Amino acid sequence: MIFKNADIVLKDGVIRGDLRIEDGRIAAIGTDFSGEALDCTGLTVFPGLIDMHVHLREPGFERKEDIESGSRAAVKGGFTQICCMPNTDPVTDNKVVVTYIKARAKEVGLCKVHPIGAITKGQKGEELSAIGGMKAAGAVALSEDGKSVLNTKLMASAMLYANDFGLKCLCHCEDPSLVDGGVVHEGYYSTRTGLKGSIRAAEDIMIAREICLAESLDLPVHICHVSTYSGVQLIREAKARGVKVTAETCPHYFTLTDEAIKDFDTNSKVNPPLREEKDRLAVLAGLKDGTIDCIVTDHAPHHRDDKHVEYDLAAFGISGLETSFALSYTALVGRKTCRKRREDDFSLVDLAEKMSLNPARILGLAGGAIEVGAPADLTIADLGAEWTIDPEKFVSKGKNTPFAGRSVFGKIRYTVVDGAIKYREE
Amino acid sequence: MKDLLGLSEPSAAEIEEILALGLAIKKKLKEGGAVSPVLKGKSVVTLFYENSTRTRCSFELAAKKLGADVINIAASSSSVQKGESLVDTGKTLDAMRHSFVIIRHPMGGAPKLLASTVRAHVVNAGDGMNEHPTQALLDMLTMKEHLGKLAGLRVAILGDIRHSRVAKSNLYGLGKSGAEVRMFAPGTLMPAGLKEMGAKICSSREEAVEGADVVMGLRIQLERQKAGNFPSLGEYARFYGINEEVMKRAKPGALIMHPGPVNRGVELTCGLIDGETSRIEDQVLSGVAVRMAVLRLLAKEGTV
Repeated sequence: MIFKNADIVLKDGVIRGDLRIEDGRIAAIGTDFSGEALDCTGLTVFPGLIDMHVHLREPGFERKEDIESGSRAAVKGGFTQICCMPNTDPVTDNKVVVTYIKARAKEVGLCKVHPIGAITKGQKGEELSAIGGMKAAGAVALSEDGKSVLNTKLMASAMLYANDFGLKCLCHCEDPSLVDGGVVHEGYYSTRTGLKGSIRAAEDIMIAREICLAESLDLPVHICHVSTYSGVQLIREAKARGVKVTAETCPHYFTLTDEAIKDFDTNSKVNPPLREEKDRLAVLAGLKDGTIDCIVTDHAPHHRDDKHVEYDLAAFGISGLETSFALSYTALVGRKTCRKRREDDFSLVDLAEKMSLNPARILGLAGGAIEVGAPADLTIADLGAEWTIDPEKFVSKGKNTPFAGRSVFGKIRYTVVDGAIKYREE
Repeated sequence: MKDLLGLSEPSAAEIEEILALGLAIKKKLKEGGAVSPVLKGKSVVTLFYENSTRTRCSFELAAKKLGADVINIAASSSSVQKGESLVDTGKTLDAMRHSFVIIRHPMGGAPKLLASTVRAHVVNAGDGMNEHPTQALLDMLTMKEHLGKLAGLRVAILGDIRHSRVAKSNLYGLGKSGAEVRMFAPGTLMPAGLKEMGAKICSSREEAVEGADVVMGLRIQLERQKAGNFPSLGEYARFYGINEEVMKRAKPGALIMHPGPVNRGVELTCGLIDGETSRIEDQVLSGVAVRMAVLRLLAKEGTV
């Protein structure tokens, strides 16, 4: 199989040429290859996108999403590998659930699905979960997802023990005593709506704590979905002094502000909350200067009924797999085609780093780059295509998005996993 | 206008129309005159997810004076989470062809959600920390009745601003009517963003009250003390309460108001509550009148 005449995003630049795939791997990169070919004229080939923070809801919450619908949404959104969070029912805190998720994903056979195990049993914050067993069964990381491990000693133990198995802790940062029931960011719009807000410090304090632990123990730590300007700065300063901290953010934190809450649209309810313009700009700057390593979706699909209620009662989360690439491309790169690295403010190479290479590096996954010998995981997009986000067209069960009606650039045409086309735009 | 969800949405002219009709109705009520039963044959539901005898009775009386049938539904706060969803409750009420649903709810935005799913007119009787439009309208009506105007007035609001839907509805309504709103609260009870919304945020009670035509206290709830916002009601009264000494800064004869129920000796001294310039009792009749005006205008029965 040959992908012909494509703009190919390599690690150090973009070239126009052909890709030859053999046995599910990239066999050659060049020009004028002959054989069975897919014409990719006008299309751009990225290394298969990797989303290291999604919620597939199975087992337990199949009304919201399941491994099949979530996988379909993933490949439609250009993702060849996704990592699913452990807040399932039962909680993914043992090898049985890890094994189940992997088996279901294999049956579905669309994208690669990597389970993330809970740090503590039942996500209760009391005892370490079966970390070694989960690793042996295929878990790629640990996370308490949706909350911090409040006992700092236990968190330190988790980082030390996880490190023995080559696993990192992905930290949701939230001090619940400061959040105190808050559902939005505290500021003008929380006062305006009367919705209870929480201040940046609720997130920042836990970011700082995780950085302190990583620094003291000289171990790596990964900060989930950074949303505050002050959190970006904490991570920037930590990186500058050599702390092994990595960080992610989501498209909604660099494309939206808390203005989105003003009419009580529950699709704007997400944790951490949408913040202010200075936070949005700082997250963008953090992506550009390398403080923030990767873009994830925090794909949090919900049933319509979970959102069609009072704002305070609505579930937190945004269904993000099918919009992440276009939102990120539109916000960060625009319509420029960048053939050379660093020629522009933010190039296609940078985008591929944030959405593929860095997640692969952080978690030690195969893939993340287009190079000879690598798995043929490819995301093929038409960057010039403009389209309007319509949740009714989502294949995810979760139609919950604050982006309905937004016009974006960049449409996924094909998603290729191990050399097989798993998604082809109709 | 189909619904009255707050005072952030209506125009100054719409607010003025409600107040003008409310003043005319209040005059009739005071004189003991009959008000035509323009809502005869229509039904009004009060759907209260929070206890409030004062507000519910006021709405019930307003509706009955206009000839409407009134059904009171007292839903407990816990039923918000465990019982039927608000959207489903709204659909049920709508199927009964009620003309009005008056809703009080502990969560901001609930009346808006209800209004988006029912044909009935929805009136917000207080939603969480968002708005309480008829309370602000009755406050404004009382000021207008006694001071003759709203434009140019200086109104000081002191107390638990953070949790107060009354303060915000007053800020919107008074702001649109050309009055100046000055606010003061302990730092723990003052939210962000009010300056951007048009309030003058003061750093002392004296500064807030300086030259005021109206001084309004807001209820301090004991649960706020338990949540760590201030040490005791006694300390609140001493450092944040409105007393005779503070009132010397206000304009002579400045009105004392409070949405009630008042904690005597906490937000205001007993002398001020019972004093000559207090309009706290008079606010109650203003409430009935202004709620009658709101119901009539929403039903397009605007003439007295």
